[in-house]
Amino acid sequence: MAAIETQQLAREFEGGIKAVDGVDLAVDAGEIYGFLGPNGAGKTTTVRMLTTLLQPTGGRAQVAGFDVASEAGEVRRKIGVALQEAALDPLMTGRELIQLQATLHGLARERGNELGDALLGRVGLTQAADRRVGTYSGGMRRRLDLAAALVHEPSVLFLDEPTTGLDPVSRQAIWEEVSKLNAEGTTVFLTTQYLEEADRLADRVGIIASGRIVAEGTPAALKADVGKPHLELSLADQNGNEARCTEVLARFGKPLPSKDGKLLVELEHGTSEVGPIVVALNEEGLAVESLDLVQPTLDDVFVAKTGEHLEGSEAAEQEPVAG
Amino acid sequence: MSGRLAANARVVAALGARSVRQTVRRPQLAAPLIIFPTLLLAIQTGGAGGAVDLPEFPDVNGFLDFMLAGAMVQSCLLAGNTGGIALALDIEMGFTDRLFAAPVSRYAVVLGRLAGTTVLGAFTAVWFITIGLIFGASIEEGLLGALWIVVLVASTALAFGSIGAAIALRTNSASVVQGLFPLVFVVLFLSSAFFPANLMLEPAASVAEYNPLSFIVEGLREPIIAGFDGGDELLAVVSVLGVGAFGLWMCALALTGRVRRGV
Repeated sequence: MAAIETQQLAREFEGGIKAVDGVDLAVDAGEIYGFLGPNGAGKTTTVRMLTTLLQPTGGRAQVAGFDVASEAGEVRRKIGVALQEAALDPLMTGRELIQLQATLHGLARERGNELGDALLGRVGLTQAADRRVGTYSGGMRRRLDLAAALVHEPSVLFLDEPTTGLDPVSRQAIWEEVSKLNAEGTTVFLTTQYLEEADRLADRVGIIASGRIVAEGTPAALKADVGKPHLELSLADQNGNEARCTEVLARFGKPLPSKDGKLLVELEHGTSEVGPIVVALNEEGLAVESLDLVQPTLDDVFVAKTGEHLEGSEAAEQEPVAG
Repeated sequence: MSGRLAANARVVAALGARSVRQTVRRPQLAAPLIIFPTLLLAIQTGGAGGAVDLPEFPDVNGFLDFMLAGAMVQSCLLAGNTGGIALALDIEMGFTDRLFAAPVSRYAVVLGRLAGTTVLGAFTAVWFITIGLIFGASIEEGLLGALWIVVLVASTALAFGSIGAAIALRTNSASVVQGLFPLVFVVLFLSSAFFPANLMLEPAASVAEYNPLSFIVEGLREPIIAGFDGGDELLAVVSVLGVGAFGLWMCALALTGRVRRGV
């Protein structure tokens, strides 16, 4: 049974703005599904509909087997939600927040306290449990938010941009925790605008742009769709050697137009061909100065599907995003 | 009590406790409940005490006795306003989404906030009764009158809190709710809170005569200055119920609209 299933899910706001425009999703139980897209693509609106915070204006959606519109209460019992920019009361302590969350989910006080202590320990906040949230760092707030979302042991966890604005160490900690949760059987629906996050965590990725899913699949399959890996190399002595080098490279794959003085060749079989290429060049007396195997990225997929770079990608940081 | 009702009651209690803690921990929310009305009470009692000698001024032991009810309703109005601000802040920071994503009634979430406002209302009643007694006021109706005052003030805080909550749910903006702060004083001064309606000039006198707040004030004042008056107490209860019913109806409309509008 799919943990999350939508058919032509749509949300139109006042003024005719279609934030989500016919999204079809099928997320299997136990899967981490990465929902990737730039700001304003429709990620958060989709999550708000799936978590019953917003009524769809079209289509239908089921989460954990229950309809989000007609069985909202049942859906809320089954899901954990950590929304964008951890919504925590700075005047509460971490422990108070977890206890409140336990009460919201109908847990008896003793059971709530027991689970709360365990979760605070799990996310490394035992020492800070009785401090006010206002004194927490961004990473600590995110970890507390995650712990609060888990207090009733949900079968489906929604994480809306869980690492936005975090430093690399905090981001890594969240990723590890999400991986652990998934290994324990929790289905995770993760929205992100970070390619690395989707690539690293997601079993499958859906790319959303302008309210529509433009691509879906495993990260490897999506990248394979848009191109093969290519090798970029520069010679220690370029003068007069480029033609000979290109001849050697052509034995291993399709040469591509050179870029910034580097010779490029598309490889059929990826890393396994790097060693033989270096040997072949050496036998021809061509000394290699630098060599990079470049894999297609999810940003390449995004560009191929939408004509734009995804925010957060290196390319997008170098050039303005259209639209 | 069914399981679902019991679960919602626990949520109301937990959110009420949070609301009280939040007010205690955020001085800018606590100040309007106690400090402002106490200061105004001190200034007016000290500066306008001679008003009791005016012809047709109600027969009172002292001006403080007359003013206590006004201070209490002022505190209730400000409790309603600050409760609305606190709810709007919760909405702005996304905290209400956390609550609405849980398997509890959305009404329980709002009632939790109002439960906190009610407790704070009861506390302010006790505060002003204590202050009054310390500085020479007396409650003609005795202990029973004092208990009645606490219940009526707490209910009034709940009623005005529901209006603050409805505005917060409709506007999602703490600054809008805060912007209504001056209105509190307009409503107060156009009632018999600080001055007998029969001594006001027109048109203020007519407005004050039919202002529901005047009915509530008189229901609080009578046990202090003269003893229970069935008619005044009934009007006070009806006024509290009317204001509360209007506020809760507005809250229900705002809650229904929120999911539909998606804000």
